[in-house]
Amino acid sequence: MLNYFNPSNTLKVINKLQKFIFALFIAVLILGLFEALVLSPEDYKQSDSVRIMYVHVPAAWISLGIFSVISILSFGILIFKNKNFILISKSLAPSGFVFNIIALVTGSIWGKPTWGTWWAWDARITSMLLLAVFYLMFMMSWKIFEDEKKSIKLSSYIAIFGLINVPIVKFSVDWWSTLHQPSSVNVFKETTIHSTMLMPLGIMTAAFALFSILIFLMKYHTELLKIKNKGLERL
Amino acid sequence: MISEILNMNGYGLYVWSSFMFTLLSFSTLYFVTKIQLNKELKNFEAKFKNLDIDKAEIAKKQETYREILSNTSTSKI
Repeated sequence: MLNYFNPSNTLKVINKLQKFIFALFIAVLILGLFEALVLSPEDYKQSDSVRIMYVHVPAAWISLGIFSVISILSFGILIFKNKNFILISKSLAPSGFVFNIIALVTGSIWGKPTWGTWWAWDARITSMLLLAVFYLMFMMSWKIFEDEKKSIKLSSYIAIFGLINVPIVKFSVDWWSTLHQPSSVNVFKETTIHSTMLMPLGIMTAAFALFSILIFLMKYHTELLKIKNKGLERL
Repeated sequence: MISEILNMNGYGLYVWSSFMFTLLSFSTLYFVTKIQLNKELKNFEAKFKNLDIDKAEIAKKQETYREILSNTSTSKI
């Protein structure tokens, strides 16, 4: 199965997929923006400020999802010493970090009209900020050491340690009394959001996921080229 | 209709700034990543051109190098 991650096979797939995903992302994003800004109804309590949800929630979901994948891959890196897992983790981190920043900034903007403040040190917001710090440490660990082995170990430990924060982000609104509202979209419980709002949320999440895949492919391509450039020097 | 969409019941500034920040972040990340990718491709191309004939032939036989070369201007020369 690991043969599917063979660099030459991957490069073929990347080259074919990149343009297709870019076109699909643009199409889904345009549809999502139209749904989110024009077609979806305003909220009876929050009025039109609820539309911020269509960028805030997908960004938070995807940044959390990407960090979880990086953490799981980090176990694989430490146990199996798989070099492709290292490349995948490195390539995933930038988009995860940007999504995390988007979630924090749009959350702050949404907080002003709904809570009357740009920022509150409540459990959900603080744990999301902590996630951004873990992302930053993960990415910095590749720049601190000259020795690649040290970077691999440190980044893996950071990602694994950061995994503790993931359930804290997810369940913080249930465990503590926070300003942040509880989840409206649930897998195991009843979803409390109306279908007219769920639809644009789903489309925007798909657009964000496509964008993260696109950036991942481009970063992975760059990382492979770096390795191949070193290989040319050794020929 | 347009002014309603722009105004968003008085929340326009919050809604539009959130969407603009998101799209600006997307564009920045995309272009930074694209620049890095193009830089590595150019780097590869320059190094490949500097290889002597024998080494270039060895590189061309390897599948991964062939795949990279197919995306550089070297392949079109």
